[in-house]
Amino acid sequence: MTLSLSLIIANRRGEMDSAEAQVLDVLDRLNYPASSKHAVRLALHEAVTNAFQHGHKGLPPDEPVTLDLRANAHELVMSVEDRGPGFNPLSVADPTLEENLEVPTGRGLLLIRAYMSDVTFNPRGNRMTMTYKVPATAASPND
Amino acid sequence: MAAGAGSRLRVKKDAEVTQVEFVDRNILDEANIQQIGEEIGRIIDAGPKPKLLISFANVDHLSSAALGTLITINNKVKNKDGQLRLANIDPQIYEVFRITKLDKLFQIHESTERALASFA
Repeated sequence: MTLSLSLIIANRRGEMDSAEAQVLDVLDRLNYPASSKHAVRLALHEAVTNAFQHGHKGLPPDEPVTLDLRANAHELVMSVEDRGPGFNPLSVADPTLEENLEVPTGRGLLLIRAYMSDVTFNPRGNRMTMTYKVPATAASPND
Repeated sequence: MAAGAGSRLRVKKDAEVTQVEFVDRNILDEANIQQIGEEIGRIIDAGPKPKLLISFANVDHLSSAALGTLITINNKVKNKDGQLRLANIDPQIYEVFRITKLDKLFQIHESTERALASFA
């Protein structure tokens, strides 16, 4: 079984909560374990927050972002696309360096990369595609 | 008890140490995180050399913005020559601290009792 979801999310708490709830519902229907739901939820939250805070910097506050998700019992692929000019992911400083540990920002992308199996950007840098592979021991036999 | 109507914290203060617990299980929402930072900031500002224990006993999810607020809190406590301890962090949440290497920045204890005993 493959499930998919396409959402347009405005920068309002209710819409972000609703999007997260719809994604968690997909994961529940595919019997994802709690650790996988934690990983996907955190990555989604960080990606959408980054899109609004950094991708849409200077744009009108009502500009939405787009979420596309496709998942089966073994793998999930989700893309978050903003309407900004894009950014270079290599420009983000490493927040784990000792000199950056006390800097309060810049950890979202690190967490996404840590919890997802693969993270890629389109050439413009305004769409992040995250792939999550469910650990083999946790995968449901129903796909 | 909660610090006040609409507070995102439960605060318990004895002679030396202020213990703080979160009302929310998910510390993700930007507005809530900002409120948490402001509420704890007021606790730090209330006296000299603050001793602050933050318990994560009720917390299931934590975002990078919440980590940022904890770093700001840590910096404020340090600036006042105070002490900050974190305790009762669920393994799933502790992993977030480990990935970001913030387990090296914060003094983290497995229980409230151990955290309280660690204050100088």
